[in-house]
Amino acid sequence: MSLDILVCVKRVPAPGAKVPLTEDGRDIDTRHLGFTIGPHEECAVEEAVRLVDKHGGSATVLAAGPPEVAEQVRYALAMGANQGVVVDTGEDELDPQATAAAIVHAVGELDTSFDLIMVGNESADAGHYQVGVRVATELGRPVVGGIKGIDVLDGSVRLRRDVGSATEVYELPLPAVVAVKEGLNLPRYPSLPGRLKAKKAQLRTVSYRPEPGGLRKIRLRQPEDNRAESVLLGHGAAAAPAVVDVLEELGVC
Amino acid sequence: MTNTLSAQLPDSADVVVIGAGIVGNSVAYHLAEEGWRNIVLLDKGPLPDPGGSTGHASNFIFPVDHSKEITMLTLDSMRQYEKFGTLTTCGGIEVARKPERVEELKRRMASAKAWGIDSELITPERVAELVPFVDQSILLAGFCTPSCAVVDPLQTGALMREHAQQLGALTVSANTEVLGFDVVDGRVRGVRTDKGDIATETVVISCGVWSPRIARMAGARIPLTPAVHQMIDVGPIPELAETHTEIAYPIVRDMDALMYERQSGADLEIGSYAHRPILHEPDEIPSIEEAALSPTQLPFTEDDFDPQMEDALELFGSILNTEGAGVRHAINGLLSLTPDGSPLLGETPEVRGLWSAAAVWIKEGPGVGRMLAQWMTHGHSEIDLHGADISRFYPHQRVPAHVRARTAEGFNKTYGIVHPREQWSSQREQRLSPFYSREKALGAEFFEVAGWERPQWYESNRPLVEEYGVQDRPHEWDARWWSPIINAEHLAMRERAAMIDLSAFAQFDVSGPGAVDYLQRLCVANVDRPVGRLIYTPLLDVAGGFRSDLTIVRLGPDKFRVITGGADGARDRKWFLDHLPESVSFADVTSSVCTLGLWGPRARDILSAATDDDVSNEGFPYGTAKEIVVGGVPVLALRVSYVGDLGWELHAPFEQGARLWDAIAEAGEPHGLIPAGIGVYGTTGRLEKGYRLMGAELEAEYDPVEAGLALPKVKSADFIGKEAYVAARESDPAALLCTLTVDDHTSSDGIARFPQGGEPILTRDGRRIVDRKGRGSYVTSAGAGPSLGKYLLMAYLPPEHAVEGTKLQVEYMGEQYPVTVARVGRKPLFDPDDARMKA
Repeated sequence: MSLDILVCVKRVPAPGAKVPLTEDGRDIDTRHLGFTIGPHEECAVEEAVRLVDKHGGSATVLAAGPPEVAEQVRYALAMGANQGVVVDTGEDELDPQATAAAIVHAVGELDTSFDLIMVGNESADAGHYQVGVRVATELGRPVVGGIKGIDVLDGSVRLRRDVGSATEVYELPLPAVVAVKEGLNLPRYPSLPGRLKAKKAQLRTVSYRPEPGGLRKIRLRQPEDNRAESVLLGHGAAAAPAVVDVLEELGVC
Repeated sequence: MTNTLSAQLPDSADVVVIGAGIVGNSVAYHLAEEGWRNIVLLDKGPLPDPGGSTGHASNFIFPVDHSKEITMLTLDSMRQYEKFGTLTTCGGIEVARKPERVEELKRRMASAKAWGIDSELITPERVAELVPFVDQSILLAGFCTPSCAVVDPLQTGALMREHAQQLGALTVSANTEVLGFDVVDGRVRGVRTDKGDIATETVVISCGVWSPRIARMAGARIPLTPAVHQMIDVGPIPELAETHTEIAYPIVRDMDALMYERQSGADLEIGSYAHRPILHEPDEIPSIEEAALSPTQLPFTEDDFDPQMEDALELFGSILNTEGAGVRHAINGLLSLTPDGSPLLGETPEVRGLWSAAAVWIKEGPGVGRMLAQWMTHGHSEIDLHGADISRFYPHQRVPAHVRARTAEGFNKTYGIVHPREQWSSQREQRLSPFYSREKALGAEFFEVAGWERPQWYESNRPLVEEYGVQDRPHEWDARWWSPIINAEHLAMRERAAMIDLSAFAQFDVSGPGAVDYLQRLCVANVDRPVGRLIYTPLLDVAGGFRSDLTIVRLGPDKFRVITGGADGARDRKWFLDHLPESVSFADVTSSVCTLGLWGPRARDILSAATDDDVSNEGFPYGTAKEIVVGGVPVLALRVSYVGDLGWELHAPFEQGARLWDAIAEAGEPHGLIPAGIGVYGTTGRLEKGYRLMGAELEAEYDPVEAGLALPKVKSADFIGKEAYVAARESDPAALLCTLTVDDHTSSDGIARFPQGGEPILTRDGRRIVDRKGRGSYVTSAGAGPSLGKYLLMAYLPPEHAVEGTKLQVEYMGEQYPVTVARVGRKPLFDPDDARMKA
């Protein structure tokens, strides 16, 4: 079956090891930072593009926030999404309730009735884990989070998520909402022709000022010294046991 | 786990090198090789990649540059990378999409030949044979240099550190932040760090884009701007992956798109100098902890790169369109730009013992380290570094507004076609002579030197072009930044007289009981001459190469005026101050003196009409100076000439300059006096008289004997470079400076072409000419000799070719033109006995 998919992405700063804060400690100081979408959302875009390739339909990408979110929408278009939507909510930072309200409002404004709405499991900066559930509740759709596998059946989707050493499998009737996790797939890099196409693409803009929700951010705090020290484990072959220790400690071998 | 990369810092060191990129590592290594011990190398970042530009550079080397200095530094660096086993030769091609670029590639060929690099011009078909993925249909030609290479500067730096440590010469301390300096009486005494303080008399700042910030802590300025150079990696590309190597194909520089493309494993790396200039502030670069990738790899700004993507797709579409190939890495990489594009090397003029090694590309890093270590150890280097000397800048050129404006203007010229006479458009009208408004009213075409606006020629003299029947240059390139008016002004000066604004001279007053001894020590010529004498003299470095050449006036028993070229004044000032004893006082009077030259057969008639003082040949002989009054203005008049005619340099109080100008102009009117520009003074008049120019003929790699400037006798007083100078006099010179005439200007297109300087001199059968010291012969200066009816070139030639009448040729824009050696040595072609000057 062909299906129309909406992928919701969030514009987030791309900091290094230390996150710079504004002087009042209320925000991340983004003057010298680039912006990106989180790894979960990259997987969501990739999955949507693959599902449309396989089953037909369309992949629409939506981001809510200031007009600059168009940069992230175009990035997703460069990866292969078909349409882009900017929900212009102004300069103020959105809480999860407001974000969900903006998405729900935009879904109502768009002509497509989406079979599947995909979000990242949680945003890369705030990490509230709420938007997918709130959108689904508002639209009266079923929702499952933490998803690392999606198969499209006729009129439903089969979803997998890892729980310790086991896997849970869900089957949801469409239309549905899915919050996905990194590891779902290996997202592609945008191609040059994709980027040039995305640059010229016409984005649909929906203006909407959602009411603030109940969550208030009081202050952000830097953790104590998080400076990375270089550690010399040894020279040549003699360093091998120490390297193995570190790898075991990290759980990668 | 112990952290052995951050060794205990010593309390004192012979030298502290700050910054462990390719430059700092190389400086430390070569200082160790020169015998220095107790060297400390610091970096704020971790090793082996502390986060500066060395860690993200594209690491390829195209050796050919129009600048000899940069080319020599690059060739030296390539030899070092090769020695360390970190150089991979892959070849490189600069491709042309436009006809004017084809001409530029021919010019590159000339530079390759001049500097002895094997290169060839190739067809688009050949480009496509070497790099099968390019769309040859959009190309017109290629300039191929097989020795182009990629290098590993991080590994090179590690090996350099290791070597210096094995010598027991080096302590390395990573993750160490410099907090400040101890500077006492203008001399550095120590470095303060977060790991402890180090007492030292010598510090090298090799901190790349952070250099201005570090230098400022010591009270010095390093005039550079961190600027963005965008780079992306696109892959995986199967055609590249299957080579199973880092680089199997030549690097392509798509010159007209201001871009390059090189293989990097399975990816194609694309870099650009085409986007808008994106300048940063050294203080605002994110710290290592704050940076997503590294402090010098800033977030990629996609919009700036989009037009370049289209250019890249045009040339490399066949592989960039590959299914599955995407942009895997994209950065706004930071590099260091300077106001004139050259590196910043040498001791800072503000703080003794504080050295700069900044604004250096990967291709020059090891060579810069070697030359700087020589300079720090011996006071001079094998390669003449006058173009890179940090002391070349005047104060106004070191302020942030100037640095930002010129770097912004220069960025897009990185791959540009830059004419040798090209003028800057930003930051003009910085230094104006008191004659400026008069000159502007006369339609002066202003060229800039050292911030001074100087008339190159005057539109008011255009009628002279017809009067003297001066031919224009038929080719636009030859005629660019040039006018036939220059030659007309020259002929009018030779027939009548001309006044020339020379206020850009740098002038120093040197006085005190030790003045004679002080100047004797600096100068080749004897300065202990009678009061009122003019003394022309070379200044040498310890090795006997040229440091400067200038004129000195003895104003009194213990008082001298030093007059040097505007282009060289800032460097000369540092040289004079470096050697200044306490018994001598030094005053830079550049800004209080203006200078008007008056030359031509009518000069005496004109001057005598404006002064009551005796200006007859008996009363004011050649080679002397006198205080006279001209039009009510007290003037220091010098009976001297750089253009070969009777006349004077008139030095006046700056604020009375306009009065002086008007007095001379009025007195000259009945005699047909014209204003003339620097086109006459610096080129046509000078070349006819065979006068040498600092930075062109005169540089550290040649000595006075070779330049034909050895004096009849060696003075008894000791002076810097004397030993080498005496040795040079006693041996056969490896080359001699000659003046050549162009026998036939006609190109294959049937039009006259005019070499502009920098071209190789070849034998008539097309071979390069190289002297026994390995120096190739090239045109050091080129220009018309209107009174001789010849076009003149200067070049050093080995003795077997330095014979008057020898037939050679010059290569210009891909063609050879026959030339003849017209003069060996300094005897002028025009008025060889100097009868006119001494009239």
